Amino acid sequence: MTTAVASAVQPAPVFDCRQAFAETLMELAAKDPRIVAVCNDSVGSSNLGAFAKAHPDRLINVGIAEQCMVGTAAGLANGGFIPFVCAASPFLTGRALEQIKADVAYNDYPVVLCGMSPGMAYGELGPTHHSIEDFAWTRAIADLTVLVPADPAQTRAAVRWAAAARRPIFMRVGRFKVPAVTEDGPFDPDRIAELAAGSDVTIVAAGTMVSRALEAHSLLAGEGIAARVLNVSTLKPLDAETLVQAARQTGRIVTAEEASVHGGLGGAVAELLSQTHPVPMRILGVPEFAPTGDTAFLLDHFGLNAKSIAAAARELVA
Amino acid sequence: MNAGESSKVAIQARALGRMGEAELDRSPTALDKIARQVRRSVITMIDKAGMGHVGGDLSVTDILTALYFGVLRVDPTMPDWPDRDRFILSKGHCVGALYSVLAKRGFFDEALLADFLAPLSPLNGHPNRRKVPGVEANTGPLGHGLPIAVGSAIAARLSGCNWRTFVVLGDGELQEGSNWEAAMCAGHRGLERLTAIVDRNRLQQGARTEETNRLEPLADKFTAFGWDVLEVDGHDMPALLDMFGASGDGRPRCVIAHTSKGRGVSFMEDRVEWHHKVPNADEVAAALKELSA
Repeated sequence: MTTAVASAVQPAPVFDCRQAFAETLMELAAKDPRIVAVCNDSVGSSNLGAFAKAHPDRLINVGIAEQCMVGTAAGLANGGFIPFVCAASPFLTGRALEQIKADVAYNDYPVVLCGMSPGMAYGELGPTHHSIEDFAWTRAIADLTVLVPADPAQTRAAVRWAAAARRPIFMRVGRFKVPAVTEDGPFDPDRIAELAAGSDVTIVAAGTMVSRALEAHSLLAGEGIAARVLNVSTLKPLDAETLVQAARQTGRIVTAEEASVHGGLGGAVAELLSQTHPVPMRILGVPEFAPTGDTAFLLDHFGLNAKSIAAAARELVA
Repeated sequence: MNAGESSKVAIQARALGRMGEAELDRSPTALDKIARQVRRSVITMIDKAGMGHVGGDLSVTDILTALYFGVLRVDPTMPDWPDRDRFILSKGHCVGALYSVLAKRGFFDEALLADFLAPLSPLNGHPNRRKVPGVEANTGPLGHGLPIAVGSAIAARLSGCNWRTFVVLGDGELQEGSNWEAAMCAGHRGLERLTAIVDRNRLQQGARTEETNRLEPLADKFTAFGWDVLEVDGHDMPALLDMFGASGDGRPRCVIAHTSKGRGVSFMEDRVEWHHKVPNADEVAAALKELSA
């Protein structure tokens, strides 16, 4: 699954990861009666319609009540079930953060918290509906594993892994359509995959930014700059070995994430490298409440595209 | 047992041999005696630790004793027994009473209570299921127990098991909105094997509940949310046993247990300052004397 997909000259087909998520959950639920979905009136937005039909008893919709939703999931886990909590990421993480910390993580219950439509996926609906803080919030919670699958194949693999992991997990499930960047295969929670080789600079990307980092790799290659591309699909715990090696071998790091520039992927990498192998860094992300615009517009607005990632890398190499 | 000896590792469920149902004397008289011992234990623990929530511990003692010695189907030698009844102490700060009851019921050695709040002790100021056998849920922030209990009750229904779920709520914590999310959910779903007990001592940390943010009419509120509501003297052991023993009618049950904060120690009863005040040596002696009577 770590093989690089050839850089796209033609626009590649793009996919909503929620579909892959829902199909995989259905597939797992058919085999394992312990799997339940818990949601907050989010059957449609979590693509759980088919699940509801196939397993009406195992879809627990508590209504618009996120604190109850996460607490209920903890109670279900206490009773032997494997709950997948499916809710829009801003409300799951923002409204129920204390339940995520206390009821799920501190209790060490095997609940999979699925932050649907994260980042700025809700575009024009504005900052109330954006989930750019989820990386910082969830990263700070002890014993909570944080996953950021980059495309449908990795989403499928991550869901399968999470169902069997028996630990508290937060997982982003993307809505903004992305091209395929990984291949089918088991999810490796311990390793950051290298999707493109390079020795001049490393682009460390997560989620929606991975395909854009690969595009930046192609742009830079045309200028004779060899940019390594790393796909951080497990934000916590972080694969320190791969990151320190990248810092040592390329000497420069650009991070790119559809999340706040404070405390997210860039923060995590900086925390690690500043204490192990400090190198010049650029942290690309969202620095403020977004203005009105669709997701594609907002990503461009905040420089979260191939061109800006390449520019940051170029600046470091110069 | 000092902090060093019991530190760093979780308490293992004690292997005392099965503490069978038949061995327990469930008579109200026997339970009243146990409750008195629990109260003494709470005073001693707080005295040694120099910290604790004595008022709430004493108000909830009879409820916990009735549950653990008269109602709950639990096996201290197998705290994770899948079909056990679930009990969640939502007012987690009253963990002194819970630890004491769990120890007396045989989940761990009573000698460990001397380690309450000591550095590295498994006996933290709020319950920790990862370290203390018999604890179902790590509570502490208020308003968390009822949603977890709702999940547990749904789990029993889904798995076709017949365990019951009990949760004790502080009255002050009913000001947390999460309780009402869960109350609505339990009522909507008709979770008849769920029982919520409100420790209605009418005091919260800083003042009376009714002066702070009014709860009354509390029974009407739960009734309106679809619950079967009963009210009881929360220190009347036979009455408590009767309430918890009865089964529901398709509705979740709410038992409003009218209690007195600081119950059993005359100078603490119904006084707001004893929420978490620590008694001095003379007060400890006086409290233990009253509780010996």
